[in-house]
Amino acid sequence: MNLTLKVWRQQNPSDKGGFKEYKLSGISADMSFLEMLDVLNEDLSEKGEDPVHFDHDCREGICGMCSLYINGQPHGPTQTTTCQLHMRSFKDGDTITIEPWRANAFPIVKDLVVDRGSFDRIIQSGGYVSVNTGGVPDANEIPIPKIIADEAFDSATCIGCGACVAACKNASAMLFVSAKVSQLALLPQGKVEKRERAEKMVAQMDEEGFGACTNTGACSAECPKEIDLSNIARMNREYFAASLSTEKS
Amino acid sequence: MKLDSKIPNGPLAEKWTNHKFNVKLVNPANKRKYNIIVVGTGLAGASAAASLAELGYNVQAFCFQDSPRRAHSIAAQGGINAAKNYQNDGDSVFRLFYDTIKGGDYRSREANVYRLAQVSVNIIDQCVAQGVPFAREYGGLLANRSFGGAQVSRTFYARGQTGQQLLLGAYSALSRQVANGKVKLYPRTEMMDVVTIDGKAKGIVTRNLITGAVESHSGDAVLLCTGGYGNVFFLSTNAMGSNVTAAWRAHKKGAYFSNPCYTQIHPTCIPVSGDHQSKLTLMSESLRNDGRVWVPKTVEMAEKLRKKEIAPKDIKDEDRDYYLETKYPSFGNLVPRDVASRNAKYVCDDGRGVNETGEAVFLDFRDAILRDGEDAVRGKYGNLFDMYEKITGENPYKTPMKIYPAVHYTMGGLWVDYNLMTNVSGLYALGEANFSDHGANRLGASALMQGLADGYFVIPYTIGDYLAKHPNEKISVDHPEFKKCEEEVKAKIQNLLSINGSKTVDHFHKKLGKIMWNYCGMARNAAGLTKAKEMIKELKKEFWADVKVLGTGEELNLSLEKAHRVADFLELGELMVVDALHREESCGGHFREEHQTPEGEALRDDEKFAYVAAWEYAGDGKEEILNKEDLVFENVKLTQRSYK
Repeated sequence: MNLTLKVWRQQNPSDKGGFKEYKLSGISADMSFLEMLDVLNEDLSEKGEDPVHFDHDCREGICGMCSLYINGQPHGPTQTTTCQLHMRSFKDGDTITIEPWRANAFPIVKDLVVDRGSFDRIIQSGGYVSVNTGGVPDANEIPIPKIIADEAFDSATCIGCGACVAACKNASAMLFVSAKVSQLALLPQGKVEKRERAEKMVAQMDEEGFGACTNTGACSAECPKEIDLSNIARMNREYFAASLSTEKS
Repeated sequence: MKLDSKIPNGPLAEKWTNHKFNVKLVNPANKRKYNIIVVGTGLAGASAAASLAELGYNVQAFCFQDSPRRAHSIAAQGGINAAKNYQNDGDSVFRLFYDTIKGGDYRSREANVYRLAQVSVNIIDQCVAQGVPFAREYGGLLANRSFGGAQVSRTFYARGQTGQQLLLGAYSALSRQVANGKVKLYPRTEMMDVVTIDGKAKGIVTRNLITGAVESHSGDAVLLCTGGYGNVFFLSTNAMGSNVTAAWRAHKKGAYFSNPCYTQIHPTCIPVSGDHQSKLTLMSESLRNDGRVWVPKTVEMAEKLRKKEIAPKDIKDEDRDYYLETKYPSFGNLVPRDVASRNAKYVCDDGRGVNETGEAVFLDFRDAILRDGEDAVRGKYGNLFDMYEKITGENPYKTPMKIYPAVHYTMGGLWVDYNLMTNVSGLYALGEANFSDHGANRLGASALMQGLADGYFVIPYTIGDYLAKHPNEKISVDHPEFKKCEEEVKAKIQNLLSINGSKTVDHFHKKLGKIMWNYCGMARNAAGLTKAKEMIKELKKEFWADVKVLGTGEELNLSLEKAHRVADFLELGELMVVDALHREESCGGHFREEHQTPEGEALRDDEKFAYVAAWEYAGDGKEEILNKEDLVFENVKLTQRSYK
């Protein structure tokens, strides 16, 4: 198929940046979206032009490194990661607009590459169970009802890609933060610190400059791992419980 | 150099316990005086960095990805082994040890493997305590499944995303230590060289991938946890960024590289669909628990399938060749990876491949769905089926999956002793980056186990012994050795940028990959390997004369990053071929066509080759020197591996 790409090019964080148009031909429907960009980059490199920089690594939909805002949707038209998006989702003659994630808390590094260090800092603020290596009980001494384990698992599948932030008109990180808060609040291992954790992670999220949540649900609708909105409700409960409680966990 | 594996004396079952008692300890108050550099933040790196920081050491952790959570351990699907015997089905530490030694075709060290089996049980406890949501039974206890090549159910799993959940557990422990100020993180930073002073590793030189700055970091020990080198084949299941650069540059600084030819070709990957392909996707081998592998009995029928004149469901049972079940009645579809891969190659070479390229076999869930229902199958493999459908556009609930082997894991790596230290003092290698535990073939669900064993439960003990014997001396990064190394790295960058040739980096990488796959892949022979060696030499020359690397060194520059990695792959590729050529036997993933049993199984030569090949870099353009560490087996009897 033949395609027209409108790609955001920006040399560095201080550059103003802008769209640049490229024509591509001979794209196969079996290619992944990123393989299509590989073809573009080989073309550009052969012509001596700087290739389009974009983040990607595992290309299996699990590392969360790939991003891209494609035709106005994070990760493009299917509910998957960009690396799992295939060209059979497009048709001959299409124009495809490719932009980076847009959020103050994700500053642009170059072209389509953004800095998601804010997500790491949120996890560092409390996204863990405080146990050291060694000296823990036998794994089967902590029975967990299957239904709870499964629910925690659903929250734990977040890949930290940032699509939720990119999808949100306020660039809120509530879905990302609530998924981790929920996973650990549901499990007995994480319950001990659940209130403190919610407080700390929300505080860090605010400090990073993410926007407020207005419950539009765009985040969950675009999440490649289908993280549910109920996570946000659970986090709000934990957060309010923490602010009302005089006991510290 | 005489290789000293430092295996402790005493009976196998007591070696690790005795060793832990005999190693020197670092006083708690002194730990904070030491700086430890950890390169790579996958399972091995993240678990090591977190555990060492918890003990009180200062840790600097480096990764080339934008976050430690993206390391390629995250993509491991199937599970992690542990000798818990929760299923009461006859498992034990000794059985896990025995299976791993046998699975590795008797080319690994007994003592290391036994220790691995011992600490496996602690890993599960640790991960559960961190909040890793392993699969559970209705009673609330942990679920297990059996996994490629094992006759007991000892594999713990988290749907088809076990690697993700374990890595996020290790990443959370690491993040906690970042918050505590004990770990300093350096994301988007690539290690370019190891700095040795008076024969001891004292730091590294890195390139900041965003600014291009070449910088030095000094430490009292350096841990390379940088994964495997499967991307030497260009097409593999590794992440796009996975590379050998850190290990290779350490090798050129004196660290021996062991058994580079031991590569694992995983039997269940999505077949190649065209020349544009950038990577291959693994379908977890857990699928072989319920999926049945087959091809048509006749070439004619396979041709009809390839031309799409008939569909798989049109082929009756009596016309299907369930070749693994027929050939290996006791293990059936669960034979180890090397055996399953080779047999897929045989039936495809025979003209019975089932897709357009003729390089695919079926993995069929029809019978499992009939037996257990679609929901049960979805519960076990739902995300894998979804992934398959996204990539291929076919629904595996309705039509069988097509699979073909692909490069997946590399058993070879930096030589290490029992303490995980390379032959360079103070330089360690953990996880897939070392060679020690999987011999010539790794069993399923053992990579996660080894990465976490090394990081959580081995290095915290063994590194203390080295540090306690080497009182810390702060070495400034202004030391001439650091400066010299920085200049060399800068010169190499400048060199790559100034060639300004006519071919892209990928062009060379793809060519190298084809050579490796054709001559050093699933089956190897002397003529092919000899030819490959010359071809790689030529390609390397061409690379350094005609590669085109755009942009500058002072910015985010993907083609420069790749150029470094491919330059190292070109050198490693040659060593792999040399190693494969010298090893005149077949063992595990290394299959020499000249050496096979009448049934076509790998034929070892224990008289001549029961050793670890440890290659020593001799200088640019010179043949590497072979050092040998003899493998001593005191607790298992070497037998011809049989899965019949």
